[in-house]
Amino acid sequence: MKPLLEVRELSLSYHTPSGETPALSHISFDLMPGEFLAIVGPSGCGKSTLLNVICGLLEPEKGSVLMNGTPVSRGDPRMGYMLQKDHLLEWRTIYKNILLGLEIRRQLTPEKLFYIEQMLRTYGLDKFRSARPSQLSGGMRQRAALIRTLALKPELLLLDEPFSALDYQTRLNVSDDIGRILKKENKPAILVTHDISEAISMADRVIILTSRPATVAGIIPIELTVENRTPLSSRNAPDFKSYFNQIWKELNDHA
Amino acid sequence: MPELSPAQKKYLLQKKREKYLVNISRILLFLVFLILWEISSRFGWIDSFIFSSPWAILKNFAEMCRDQSLFVHIGITLAETLISFFFVVLLGIGTAVLLWLCPKLSRVLEPYLVILNSLPKSALAPLLIVWLGANIRTIIVAGMSVAIFGSIINLYTGFRETDPDKGKLIATLGGTRRDELLKIVLPSSIPLILSIMKVNIGLCLVGVIIGEFIGARQGLGYLIIYSSQTFKLTTVLMSILILCVIAMGLYGILNLIEKRCLKHS
Repeated sequence: MKPLLEVRELSLSYHTPSGETPALSHISFDLMPGEFLAIVGPSGCGKSTLLNVICGLLEPEKGSVLMNGTPVSRGDPRMGYMLQKDHLLEWRTIYKNILLGLEIRRQLTPEKLFYIEQMLRTYGLDKFRSARPSQLSGGMRQRAALIRTLALKPELLLLDEPFSALDYQTRLNVSDDIGRILKKENKPAILVTHDISEAISMADRVIILTSRPATVAGIIPIELTVENRTPLSSRNAPDFKSYFNQIWKELNDHA
Repeated sequence: MPELSPAQKKYLLQKKREKYLVNISRILLFLVFLILWEISSRFGWIDSFIFSSPWAILKNFAEMCRDQSLFVHIGITLAETLISFFFVVLLGIGTAVLLWLCPKLSRVLEPYLVILNSLPKSALAPLLIVWLGANIRTIIVAGMSVAIFGSIINLYTGFRETDPDKGKLIATLGGTRRDELLKIVLPSSIPLILSIMKVNIGLCLVGVIIGEFIGARQGLGYLIIYSSQTFKLTTVLMSILILCVIAMGLYGILNLIEKRCLKHS
């Protein structure tokens, strides 16, 4: 099977008047169609930088990112991106917030609007369509942000610690929720996080990065012995703990 | 609505009483001031020729209303203020948007804007008269000059303070800087724009009066200068009181617009 995304030998440094800081060094990995990848690493190691390069917002100094064989561009329509916060705009209703991406890409077509209607109904946001973001719970807001991203029908979803702004309980529920939705919509995704448990509970493979400059310290396939795997049920799998210890050790060995 | 507890009722009643007391005190303060002023000028404690008196001011007001000369002055000053305010809004937002779109240009212009903003604009008025002539155009420019630089700086600073992550959101959705401006920066700056404009209408009035002091044949500024030179200090004081009312009214109108806009968003 051909990989959906090929990341090859990425290197990047940040330049400031006081000097040069290498952020990424020779990073390579593949993502298979339908796969959920998690990238973990110590905070400040360049995880978000890596995601910015993958989606084309940052130009790498060396190396390349290919999607289905072609290089990614700035604001690549094949990518969907979820930021750390939901960034729903308070002056727009939930429905108008969800339309934001379609407005920008001038894709307010009947098919896309119908797709949004379906998602609104499936994910219980239908009754909140004319509410303001501040009237929704943290979980519902993340759902709205996800629908805003999915509305553009991206082929790959990039999640940049999308749960880190939530309190612990909401965080578990929302990651379960988002994980199920992505499975249901059959979207491949790359999740960047510093939370090892979150990575194991959601991902098919976990990529471990070293501290700055980030290099790939190891790639661990996650195969949990649990039926109907969801992010929440994964946490009860008997082998969850051994994966945790393995990743924890790798992270510390390279810190 | 649930039944209020006696303690809550007592609290609300006390709040209400407090508010009432403040309002009464405000009115009383004003009345006491007026009465003291009237008495002291009648009994000759102060020179009624230079300090005038509330009654004399009222009589003067009625007289000028009757011959309708006052309305012309008020109308001219109001029109000049509103026109210069209109241009300040237009040019202020326009320039701030331009600076936001070209950060390099803004870096080049920044020191000039700061200097122009801190310059006492009344110093410019004599120059404006020579350059543009003693006409309404000069006075509108004088009104604008007081408010424009400050509003450009404040608006631009506000535009730059919008959340950079929201800009990233637009970029990840495939948007350009124009999308960021229209979908994020401008809508999120509406409260800022309104509050800056609330201050600016007062500044425009200041500039217009400065302009009228030196280069006008009509308007409240002209009336003040003309009356002071002919020692009609009652008219001077009356004009100042009218300016107070105008300033308060303009601020009140913008305050109302602000409240209404913020309620809808």
